[in-house]
Amino acid sequence: MRIALAGQPNCGKSTIFNSIAGYKAITSNFPGTTVKYTGTRTHVFGYTCDCIDLPGTYSLTAGDLAELEARRHLLSGEVDVILNVVDASLLIRSLELTLQLLELEVPMVLCLNMMDEAQRKGIQIDVQKLSNLLGIPAVPAIATTGKGLRELFTEVLNVYGEKRKGKTLKFSKDIEAIIDDLTPLLHSEPSGGENIPSRFHAIKLLENDEFFVKEIKSIDFLNRTKSFQEKLEQIHGFPSDEVISSERHALSMNLFERASTVIHPPKKDIRIAIDHWVMHKFLGYLILAAVFYGFFNLIFRVGGYIEEPLMEFFNYWTAQLGRVFGEGSLPFFLSRGVLQGIAGGIAIVLPYLVPFLVGLSVLEDIGYLPRVAFLMDVFMHRIGLHGKSIIPFILGYGCSVPAVMATRILEFPQHRFIVSILTTMIPCAARITIIFALVAFLIGPNAALAIFALNILVVGISGKILTLLFPYPEANLGLILEIPAYQLPPLKNTLKNSWYRIREFIVIAWPILIVGSALLALMEYGGLEKSINWILSPLTHLLGLPDSVGTTLIFGLMRKELSMIMLTQALGTTEVLTAMTETQILVFTVFVIFYVPCLATVAALWKEIGKKGAVLAVLFTLSVAILLGLATRLFLNIFL
Amino acid sequence: MPTTLDQIYENRKAKVIDIQGGAGIRQRLSQMGIHPGDMITMVRYGALRGPLLIEIHGSQVALGRGIASKIIVEETE
Repeated sequence: MRIALAGQPNCGKSTIFNSIAGYKAITSNFPGTTVKYTGTRTHVFGYTCDCIDLPGTYSLTAGDLAELEARRHLLSGEVDVILNVVDASLLIRSLELTLQLLELEVPMVLCLNMMDEAQRKGIQIDVQKLSNLLGIPAVPAIATTGKGLRELFTEVLNVYGEKRKGKTLKFSKDIEAIIDDLTPLLHSEPSGGENIPSRFHAIKLLENDEFFVKEIKSIDFLNRTKSFQEKLEQIHGFPSDEVISSERHALSMNLFERASTVIHPPKKDIRIAIDHWVMHKFLGYLILAAVFYGFFNLIFRVGGYIEEPLMEFFNYWTAQLGRVFGEGSLPFFLSRGVLQGIAGGIAIVLPYLVPFLVGLSVLEDIGYLPRVAFLMDVFMHRIGLHGKSIIPFILGYGCSVPAVMATRILEFPQHRFIVSILTTMIPCAARITIIFALVAFLIGPNAALAIFALNILVVGISGKILTLLFPYPEANLGLILEIPAYQLPPLKNTLKNSWYRIREFIVIAWPILIVGSALLALMEYGGLEKSINWILSPLTHLLGLPDSVGTTLIFGLMRKELSMIMLTQALGTTEVLTAMTETQILVFTVFVIFYVPCLATVAALWKEIGKKGAVLAVLFTLSVAILLGLATRLFLNIFL
Repeated sequence: MPTTLDQIYENRKAKVIDIQGGAGIRQRLSQMGIHPGDMITMVRYGALRGPLLIEIHGSQVALGRGIASKIIVEETE
């Protein structure tokens, strides 16, 4: 049995998914695209079922890539049951998507999630009546506590057994008449897929849906479609897509009025009071600064606390290896390389990466990020962007790859192009690790803060430069972003999300790290390292760095954290301060933060903004890195 | 008296009359549940002519001022 979870953003869909998904759930991309979904195989009452969590979409128009892919998947015939999750406290808006899903004529179950929230707002829903009106089972649930999930999956099984489809709700008579006129004409036309219900197809053509209109082969049929669209416009005085969306809106309002009653005004909600402070014109920014200061400080403390004893432990074993194999022997080089790779993963990256990813998940699940977008919108406008771009930037502090992908929430290609390039300059968890482990740990927390501040400044100036170089119509620009109610982070959900990200590091990056570290040790043993260092010596000399860091920069292209882990390997000691001055450490860190994004990020850029964009990003970041490295060197030489 | 949404004061309500602008903006707004005939409450203004926070059908939506100036409304009460 194949189940697809569909719903609007912030409806608690992923919480439901995570409560049934095993730890083996995998995140993958739809074929040929970068739209992500998470899938898992699980057992429900003895049935094996493949369950996928579609990206959250407000509607099924071809408005953006995620919506188009969600729709394509639902229509592919690979879905046996759609599990539509809705936020019961936002029923009117949520039902608009439900109505569109019903048009797909696939067996479906409605999950009325967040019933507690609805109750708090004084909304009482007659679940049975709603179920009758839609012709599909409706199940009340509170996903965060797991309430109602058992009943939900019982209904999923029932619907699967009966292959029961929902009702298609009818629009106004005049629209239905046009749909009836258009439907018979569809038989002569290829629909762009076998499983497309004709009513759905007709509606999409009337909405002037780009995807379906492009599929039309005959000019005659295209003209007839256009004339039907015009007829709708003439009757209603609105463009045809708006006629249909208003119609669905009216149907949703009607369903809401018939199946629910507002029994009392919303209870006084402490969260409104919280928002009064958090989104306040002045205090909001203080809180924002405090949150992020506290967040990074906490990570530094937790990380440092764990890192120190671990480093001592590994240094002890490296010394032991020297005793066993004899310094300078091939087994010593090789085993030391492997050990340093393992140590790099455990002692340097995990202490910082784990708390960072858990913390980011918590901020995400609470719902703080959209508030940051609201507060930062006005500043993002100063650099020619708008508030939503702050979300890829914040995600960029985790990993540049999802950050580049998150630019898909931006509406205009030109805008995405610029934000994609800028996000790669935000230090990702790997680069933050470098800042923490090299600068904060060796020089001091204030120096690390200065680097973060410099980074933000540089990103701002780069934004300004890029928007001047690649101007786009400002008139089109503006923020439209839902600010969801705060939620207590469902612990299981938060931990699972962090686990998926950490696992990616363990299974992909860590092995590369160990192999890379061993390789570098071999290169060092064979003397190849020297030639690479020689080739890169103009650059390292320019920046005043030791020659031996050349190779680490090459490794950093693969994974940023390799730069640092390889640094101890290249310098031949874990006591970096004995081999580099503080100025050199700072210059090295500044250069590594900005220069060329890692391979995975370049690949993501290539997919998202094309070859030209990826090349431009590489050249742009490289020149910024060289300029800044040089500036840091000069500045520190003068003032230190 | 019709005006645009960005002219509505904090804590006032207004009814949507029309949405100007291209199919893109219209579609995005309709996804957020904003259509002609709907009631909008102005919740707060952002600092320094920043975005507006509105409430529509029980959910809160942040709108840039540029977008808000394309929403024609009539103030009620």
